[in-house]
Amino acid sequence: MANKKPRLAVYKMSSCDGCQLSLLDAEDELLDVLGGVEMAYFPEASSKMQKGPYDIGLVEGSITTPRNVEEIRQIRKECKILITIGACATAGGIQALRNWKDTKEFTKIVYASPEYISTLDRSMPVSAFVHVDFELRGCPINKYQLIEVLNAFLNSRKPNIPTYSVCIDCKLKGNICVLTAHGSPCMGPVTQTGCNALCPSYDRGCFGCYGPMDSANTSSLAKQFKQMGFSKFDVMIAFRSYNAYAEAFRKESEANEK
Amino acid sequence: MRKPLEKKAKQMKNKTIKVDYLARVEGEGALYIKIKNNEVSEVELRIFEPPRFFEAFLRGRPYQEAPDITARICGICPVAYQMSAVHAMENAFGVTISPEIKELRRLLYCGEWIESHTLHLYMLHAPDFLGYDDVVQMSKDHPEIVKKALKLKKIGNDIMNLVGGREIHPINVKVGGFFKVPTRKDLMKMYDDINWARDAAVETARFAATLKFPEFVQDYECVSLVHPFEYPFNEGRIMSNKGIDILPEQYDFHFREEHVEHSHALHSRIRERDNYLVGPIARYNLNYDKLTPLCKEIAEEVGLSSECYNPFKSIIIRGIETIYSCEEALRIIESYRMPDSPAVKVEPSEATGYACTEAPRGMIYHRYRVNSEGLIEDAKIVPPTSQNQRTIENDLRTFVPSIVDLPEKELIWKCEQVIRNYDPCISCATHFLKLDIHRE
Repeated sequence: MANKKPRLAVYKMSSCDGCQLSLLDAEDELLDVLGGVEMAYFPEASSKMQKGPYDIGLVEGSITTPRNVEEIRQIRKECKILITIGACATAGGIQALRNWKDTKEFTKIVYASPEYISTLDRSMPVSAFVHVDFELRGCPINKYQLIEVLNAFLNSRKPNIPTYSVCIDCKLKGNICVLTAHGSPCMGPVTQTGCNALCPSYDRGCFGCYGPMDSANTSSLAKQFKQMGFSKFDVMIAFRSYNAYAEAFRKESEANEK
Repeated sequence: MRKPLEKKAKQMKNKTIKVDYLARVEGEGALYIKIKNNEVSEVELRIFEPPRFFEAFLRGRPYQEAPDITARICGICPVAYQMSAVHAMENAFGVTISPEIKELRRLLYCGEWIESHTLHLYMLHAPDFLGYDDVVQMSKDHPEIVKKALKLKKIGNDIMNLVGGREIHPINVKVGGFFKVPTRKDLMKMYDDINWARDAAVETARFAATLKFPEFVQDYECVSLVHPFEYPFNEGRIMSNKGIDILPEQYDFHFREEHVEHSHALHSRIRERDNYLVGPIARYNLNYDKLTPLCKEIAEEVGLSSECYNPFKSIIIRGIETIYSCEEALRIIESYRMPDSPAVKVEPSEATGYACTEAPRGMIYHRYRVNSEGLIEDAKIVPPTSQNQRTIENDLRTFVPSIVDLPEKELIWKCEQVIRNYDPCISCATHFLKLDIHRE
C-alpha cells in the first residue's frame, strides 16, 4: 500500500446514524482523515459507491433483521479489518430492549399491518455473527477515539483506548462524586470511560453509554444502589438501557427482575 | 456491496427507475418509479431502515428517560427529540419552566439548526447542484467554501456541546430544565465565534442562491408551528396555509398515519385532505414576519419573496434559517441571566402530555401517557420525514415527466435530488426508505 491509499467503507445496520455522523462531526480533522484514505463506500456522505474489497470497514448499528444477517456476512468477506462503532454494533444498543419482550407484540404496537414487517426477535451485536477486529464503544462513540482507532489500524499498531472505569476520569478531573455526595445512582464505577466523565461533570449520574468496563463488579454497585434506597426495579432499569445486552449489564438486570 | 444505481431503463415511453440505496441521506432508503406512456404510474419512496420499536419499548420506562431514549431515534437531530419529549412531559404534569430555561432551550435548538442545516446544505445537498459525488470531491475545487462550511457547522456543534454536554445525544436535558446551566461567562466565550458564524451564514445563503434551480412550483399545504412573537422552535400553535389552527393536543384529530407495504415509515395525512409539507419551506412561509430584519434583507437580496413553493429552493431557506439561528443565539447570549435553579421540580401524575417542536427537517409530534408511578404506558412519535413522505412521492410524480427524456444517469441523479430537497432523515422516520425506476 505504499502508493495506494487504504480503502474505507462505512456501513449501517439498525441504528440512529449518530456514530457515522461522528466522522463528519470531526470538522477540524475531517479533510485530513478522509484525505488519508480512499472513501470507497460511505453512502451517507457520498454518491460514489465503489465495489469491495476494502481495507477497513466501519459498521454502525445492530443486527435486527434477516437482511442485516446476510449483509454482515457479506461485509465480513469484503473487509480486511472490521471495526464496529458504537453501542448498537458492539452490544445490540437501545433496541435490544426488545430482547426481553415479544417482538410480535411490539410490531403490533407500532405498525398497523404487522405482516409487512420482517424482523428478528432479538437485536444482536455484530460479533454474534462474524469475527470483529475491534469494538469501539459508546452511545455515541467519541470522535477522537474513532480517529485514534483509524490511525492505529492504518499504521498497524494497537489502538490506545482505555478500558478503565468512568470513576478514574472523574477523579482526574477533580469532579465531586455524584454518587456519594448527591445520592445519584451513578453507573460510573462499572462503566468503561470514553466520554471523559461527561455526566458527572454536569452534576448527573453516569447512565452507562460506554457499556461495562473490564471485570465490572455490578453486583456490588447494585447492592450500593439498594442501600441508597433504590428499588430492585430501579436497579434493573439502570442496567437495562443503552448497553442492556452487554453480558455484565444483562446479567445484573436479570438478577433484579421480579 | 449494495449496487448503487441499477440501470434497467431504455429510452422509451415505458420504463422503470430504480435506485437501490439512496446516498447522502440519513438512513436507508430506495426509490422505485414506474413510467408508462410517459406518465408516471407508480412512485414508491421505500424505506427499508430496520424497525427499531421505540414506541413499544418506551412502555414501562420511567418518564425521566424519555428525552434520552428518544434522542437515540436520530443522531442527526437528537435535540428535536429531547425538546419534544420534555415539553410533552411538562404538558402532562402541568409544569411551567422559567423564562431563563426557555431561552437556554432555544439556544440549544439554535445549535442543532446551525449544525444540521450546514451539514445538509454543504455536505449532502450542494454536491447535487454542483455535480460532485461528495463534499470531499467538492473540497478539491472549492477548498475555501468547504473549510468555512466546516467551521460554521462546528460552531453549531459547539453550542450543543456547551448547553447540552455533547453534540450527539446531549446529556444535559431533563424534564423541568437542565442538570446544569452555563454561566454568562461560559456563553460569552462563544460570542465572537457566533458573530463570525452569522456572517458566514449570510454568505451561505448567497452561495445557495447562486445554484441552478428548475422552474418547479407545487401547491403545498404547509404545516408549521406558529407563535405570536417567535420564529418557532419549542412553542406555538400548529397552523397551515389551508386553515389548520390547532393546539398540539389536537394533532391526532387532524392528522393520521397509515402503514403502506413499501415502507417501514408510516405515512402521514391530514384527515380531511391529503399530504402536506413540513420543514424549512413550510416554516418560512408561515413565519416570514417573525424573521429578523437581516434575514428578510438577505432573502430579498437573493430573490426570495415572503413565500416559496419551489422545493429545490429549500437549500436557500436553510441558509436563511441558519442566519436566524445565529442571530437568535447572539440575542439569547446578550440577554442571558443565569437561572436560580437549573430545573423546576416535577411531580409526575397519571396524565397524557402532548408537544410539537420544530426539528431542522420540520415539525415533530410526541405524545405520552404516564401512570401514577411515573412510568410511560403509551408513546406516539411522528417525525418530520414520515410526514413529508407522501409529499416527496408527489413531487416525483409531478417532476419526473419533465425530465423523462434525460439520459438514465442524469434522470436518476435528478430524482435523488428531489428527495434530498427534503433532507430526509430515514433513521428518524422508521417507523420509516429504497429508489427503483421501472420503465416497462
